[in-house]
Amino acid sequence: MTALSMTAEQSQAALATDGDMREKISVRNLNFYYGGFHALRNINLPLFDKRVTAFIGPSGCGKSTLLRILNRIYDLYPNQRAEGEVLLDGENLLSPKQDLNLLRARVGMVFQKPTPFPMSIYDNVAYGIRLYEKLSRADMDVRVEEALRKTALWGEVKDKLRQSGLSLSGGQQQRLCIARAVAVRPAVLLLDEPTSALDPISTSKIEELVDELKPDYCIAIVTHNMQQAARVSDFTAFMYLGELVEYGATDTIFTAPKEEKTEQYITGRFG
Amino acid sequence: MAITDMSPGTPTGSPPGTNFAMGRYKRRKVGNTITMGLAVGAAVFGLLWLVWILAILLINGLSAISLGLFTQMTPPPGSAGGLLNAIFGSLVMTVLGMVIGTPIGIMAGTYLAEYGKGTKLAEVTRFINDILLSAPSIIVGLFIYTIVVVPMGHFSAWAGSISLAVLVIPVVVRTTEDMLNLVPGSLREAAAALGAPRWKVIVQVTYRAARSGIMTGILLAVARISGETAPLLFTALNNQFWSVNMNAPMANLPVTIFQFALSPYEDWQRLAWGGSLLITVAILALNIGARMLASIGTKKGQ
Repeated sequence: MTALSMTAEQSQAALATDGDMREKISVRNLNFYYGGFHALRNINLPLFDKRVTAFIGPSGCGKSTLLRILNRIYDLYPNQRAEGEVLLDGENLLSPKQDLNLLRARVGMVFQKPTPFPMSIYDNVAYGIRLYEKLSRADMDVRVEEALRKTALWGEVKDKLRQSGLSLSGGQQQRLCIARAVAVRPAVLLLDEPTSALDPISTSKIEELVDELKPDYCIAIVTHNMQQAARVSDFTAFMYLGELVEYGATDTIFTAPKEEKTEQYITGRFG
Repeated sequence: MAITDMSPGTPTGSPPGTNFAMGRYKRRKVGNTITMGLAVGAAVFGLLWLVWILAILLINGLSAISLGLFTQMTPPPGSAGGLLNAIFGSLVMTVLGMVIGTPIGIMAGTYLAEYGKGTKLAEVTRFINDILLSAPSIIVGLFIYTIVVVPMGHFSAWAGSISLAVLVIPVVVRTTEDMLNLVPGSLREAAAALGAPRWKVIVQVTYRAARSGIMTGILLAVARISGETAPLLFTALNNQFWSVNMNAPMANLPVTIFQFALSPYEDWQRLAWGGSLLITVAILALNIGARMLASIGTKKGQ
């Protein structure tokens, strides 16, 4: 018991002294409603730059909902509304004045199922860049290659960039989607259960990828897999029934959780 | 029968109830055979007429197909001729009808599937479109007669094209909406999540994903209007001579067939058979094309 709390304290201390920690996103008093259903209750939590924050919790606890607020993708649907504040670099992204398209160019998202567009691999990656930048052919080639290299896909697809994105395997498609999101150079990357539809090898590739992308982004990942959360994240938020039960350094959450619910969940006693 | 072999668990001294169960099994088998026989019979009965029509069409039509059919004008009774002006008129009015009707249909279908979800306007539009889809084409012809032909004072190729366009619209609206609805929402979300404005998501991603389905709908609409007689009878009427004037009546295959088939002259009747075969083959080709497009689309989607 003492050993565990020591580890927790050490990690806490290590994180506290980490000089380049910056709060990229601050969620404050956030409430969310699907029509009349109160899906998120009073959420408060920071997301740090150059860190990975994992959201865990049983199905329906609101972790994906929370992620979908951070780029306001929920706005595509009527009857869904958020109250409270979500500050991105100090600016409230829930404000009605917020330009949603520009916001989404800054906050990239990758979904549970791979969603390649029905176009070539090259065009899939170039799609997001073309929305906001007018690049020459050569510059575009460089950007596409850079994004594909970052996602460790370049070696596999460099000879078939003109082939349809749908011709790739599931794991490759998911990495293509990450490349597509990374290509627009966002500041934040949201991953909504990015490996739940993938085999173990593809999963480990995506996890390595998250690690490699970490120095450049603020990453939030929703996952059902607690080992995955433990492996890839620096901070973990445990949610239950629309509430944030516990948030803290991943080591602490997995070795010495303060809340009984958290402990029950991570030891597999419910959920 | 083999039924006894199929129940290996039955002891030699058949327990009570076995005979009853056996009887029921037999009854079901007989019922099954009768039902299947009826279903097959109905299918054959339906197909029989189709084959019969096609056979007679082929027998009578093939003899009328010649080079002259495609190079000569519709003749006066008793002299030789072809259907060149009618074929040309049909092509012109079908193409123009598609050019007018397709964009309106695609835009309306896009509104229903992408923008109007759950709104009163969309519900009403969808309802009216479904009515229009099954409206008798003669009503469309009469309608265009009243709003175009009467004010203009004469029949015209324009009026014919417009009435065909009115028939195209509901078909294209329907298929466009259905095909767009088949595109998974996650694809739209993925494009929106990159910062694409809604119209770009629709034009660059959703349309692309639904492309082959929408194309199929357009081809089916062409097939639908290329054989329509009633709406042209009241609008473009017919023309015995070569005419490219859109403001004048224009010859077309369906009305020519209608007129020639009812005439007592054998030459005209023969031309009517030839024209019928021509339209049928064209529609068959369009349908096959549509099916091929659709199957390419599903293969790509997987």
